[in-house]
Amino acid sequence: MRFDAAVEIRTKEGIADPEGATIEAALPALGFADIGGLSVGKSIRLWVEAADEGAARARVEELCAALLANPVMEEASVSLAQAAPA
Amino acid sequence: MSPTIGVVVFPGSNCEHDVVEAVELLGGQARLLWHAEGQLGDVDAVVLPGGFAHGDYLRPGAIARFSPVMAAVTAFAAAGGPVVGICNGFQVLTEAGLLPGALQKNSGLRFLCRPVELRVESPDSVLTTGLERGTTLRLPINHFEGNYLADAATLARLRQDDLVVLRYVDNPNGSADDIAGIRSPEGNVVGLMPHPERAVDPLVGGTDGARLMGALLSAVGVGASV
Repeated sequence: MRFDAAVEIRTKEGIADPEGATIEAALPALGFADIGGLSVGKSIRLWVEAADEGAARARVEELCAALLANPVMEEASVSLAQAAPA
Repeated sequence: MSPTIGVVVFPGSNCEHDVVEAVELLGGQARLLWHAEGQLGDVDAVVLPGGFAHGDYLRPGAIARFSPVMAAVTAFAAAGGPVVGICNGFQVLTEAGLLPGALQKNSGLRFLCRPVELRVESPDSVLTTGLERGTTLRLPINHFEGNYLADAATLARLRQDDLVVLRYVDNPNGSADDIAGIRSPEGNVVGLMPHPERAVDPLVGGTDGARLMGALLSAVGVGASV
């Protein structure tokens, strides 16, 4: 079965996010002083062939650990949906 | 034949010829090694040069780590062979797990391209043999992701085991513990953000880099009496 996966990579809690901090610092000047807590990550879309959703998740998490996220500074979360039949 | 330094070229590397030039100027031989080669051939040391391997896509060094040449570099390092990663090469070494920690975007979000003062913290590496602790060197930095970070336990271990090779005198990028370069416990693997290969000729702003590159060449026998 084919599953569509969305992987979100975020900076780990406690690790500085200079890009997010810089964008947030610009918000008041743009009239968005009521918005904060901004952080920047990455969104990666992919598909995976697997027997079931559990196997698909395990495979994508393996890819996250091997390549997509650097465990020193990032964490990844995976959302899955069964791909629509072609 | 005089000792040969292998200089790895990834797609997007851009400092390999600076390394070759520095090695040759100091009396060594250098050979470029294409990243898709699974073997290093007959080299006595390996340098991973600066640049943007694989476009720095995903993260600097993240994809370079999977280049075929890296399995050979890892085996060479495990056998005690000298391996030096400069700038992007340092990023590749951390991604490959040959050195601990990671290099994050500079604090302040600035690409930094200027000379900085560095302090030699450990002489027990292939790049600093013969230099006294506390020696200051002036070398160029040229990076966006040079902000060294590691968890508290790793930083404590680096300090305790004398694994920090170079520290910034005036931290330019937010690096933890002012770290500019680190080494493996055996001292044969070294990663650093500054560019010693760009400071080997007085015409281009100083020769302090020759002291580091010279130490690497001495480690493999260049300049030894024959």
